[in-house]
Amino acid sequence: MTTTTQRTASGSSGEGPRTENQGFYTRQLPKYFPAALLAICAVVVSAVFALLGAFHPVPVAVVAALLYLVAITVSSAVIENSRRAKDRLVTGIVYCCFAIAVVPLVSLLSTVVVYGLERFNLYFLSVSMNGVIPSMDAGGVYHAIVGTLVITGLATLISVPIGLMTAIYVVEYGRGRLKQAITFFVDVMTGIPSIVAGLFVVALWMMVFGPGQTNGLAGAVALSVLMIPVVVRSSEEMLRLVPNELREASYALGVPKWLTIVKVVLPTAVAGLTTGIILALARVIGETAPLILTAGMASTRIQANPLDGDMMTLPVFIYQQVGNLGLSAEAGAYAEERAWAAALTLILVVMLLFLTARLVSRFFSPNSRG
Amino acid sequence: MAKRIDVSDLNVYYGDFKAVEDVTMTIEPRSVTAFIGSSGCGKSTFLRTLNRMHEVTPGARVQGKVMLDNLDVYDPSVDPVAVRREIGMVFQRANPFPTMSIYDNVIAGAKLNNQRMSKRRADEIVERSLRDANLWEEVKDRLHKPGAGLSGGQQQRLCIARATAVEPAVLLMDEPCSALDPISTLAIEDLIAKLKENYTIVIVTHNMQQAARVSDRTAFFNLAGTGQPGRLIEMGDTNKIFTKPDQKETENYITGRFG
Repeated sequence: MTTTTQRTASGSSGEGPRTENQGFYTRQLPKYFPAALLAICAVVVSAVFALLGAFHPVPVAVVAALLYLVAITVSSAVIENSRRAKDRLVTGIVYCCFAIAVVPLVSLLSTVVVYGLERFNLYFLSVSMNGVIPSMDAGGVYHAIVGTLVITGLATLISVPIGLMTAIYVVEYGRGRLKQAITFFVDVMTGIPSIVAGLFVVALWMMVFGPGQTNGLAGAVALSVLMIPVVVRSSEEMLRLVPNELREASYALGVPKWLTIVKVVLPTAVAGLTTGIILALARVIGETAPLILTAGMASTRIQANPLDGDMMTLPVFIYQQVGNLGLSAEAGAYAEERAWAAALTLILVVMLLFLTARLVSRFFSPNSRG
Repeated sequence: MAKRIDVSDLNVYYGDFKAVEDVTMTIEPRSVTAFIGSSGCGKSTFLRTLNRMHEVTPGARVQGKVMLDNLDVYDPSVDPVAVRREIGMVFQRANPFPTMSIYDNVIAGAKLNNQRMSKRRADEIVERSLRDANLWEEVKDRLHKPGAGLSGGQQQRLCIARATAVEPAVLLMDEPCSALDPISTLAIEDLIAKLKENYTIVIVTHNMQQAARVSDRTAFFNLAGTGQPGRLIEMGDTNKIFTKPDQKETENYITGRFG
């Protein structure tokens, strides 16, 4: 790159072929130019805003970015050529879009971490809210962590067999109308608002157990209503990725279809299947509305029995604490801290799940390395 | 253990489309039979009907009779899985199981069927099959490494070892060398010559020199025209087919003066 620049800039050697091949040569901006130009734009714009006494990072960033786009296009058009100029303009725009997409994510994470760390400690993770009244500087999320793990664990236990077997039916066995109908209803189920899933389970529990029954199992069933279609969809994709040749190789050895599925198709797809299931789990772990309806909000004690009345979960805990904000100045402040710390806990749990998904897919994926 | 295959009046369909029409032939045991013909003339389709792999494709069906010695392969009470245990298959693209080691790939036939066998017996089968496939020397030190790590030619020989490990009576090969370099092809042709002592071998190939080199008998398939089903034009001793075929069509194809 640099050598090309120098050669084109000096243009001394080999005049003959140069004039002959005129159209192939173009002057080039040095490699560091865009970065340097961006830095200059940022400094200039900050200085101008500071002189006007209105320095604020957001408008400065926006104006500096716009100025950079104009400057790079113009300088490239002048020094290089119009095709390069367009390229540099579009590259700049793409980077801007990327930044715009990333800013909310980074801001969200940093806010949760900063506010959450105020109360996030071993004590907070290891005690429940049992006997804690809102104005006490005490209490924690242990019961909510237990509840989240039990409810989402049960939801996974319900959803994975149903979802996986549905996917196997659709990919390996299904033909004609039944397959179409299943695919259609899975698509419809993907779009069910989570609160409707909650209401469905409330109605179901009302029919089976009578009115006013909220417990962890109800929450798990509501979450599995949301989780099953996601598991079906992702597993279907993964099973379709298994090459047909492997199935045929197995058939040709005289292996029956069901054994082929169990011993060839599933092991080949296991990494993708696990990742898909964990992503589905991560999606439902933050559900609040259906859990408020089905698992209730009244629990403050540590309990792991999903049939024993209300069960607290992390998202519902956050919702509950935010509801306490208006109680009194003191209670409100504690509630806010608890809500942020619980949010941080939830994000950490989800990140742990994603990390596991990555490790699992790396560990299981078929590869040619020894 | 090699068995004879007798096909009579076989028609093969994909849904409503008739892909192969009215084939009658005898495939002799302990010999190599080559199928030649232009692309799309139904050689592979016909080959796949011999061990009932054809019906794995949705909508595919067959009319007519295929006899394996005195077993009617398409008798409704015959289990296709049992047929495929007797008639093994090697595919165009090597397809070792990616989740398994070389060792496990070779005994996959037993392993996937949940057959129990002693470690010694399994070791024996693996060594014998790999030796048969001329692969033992190359892989004996890395039997427990993944099969997907081998080269294309080695993978194809691994697939042949896998197919012979279950000791079928017949071995079908669907263009087994079309993705391989000349050296690997030679290795596989040597292997075919060796295997024919014990097996009935049927090989589909586009390479006429290969058909001439490896086969004892050759069958020539052709299409009557686009959209028409493929037909068996002529079958006979390889020598005769390649030197003085009875049919003009065959001669045109063999000599390259096609159509």
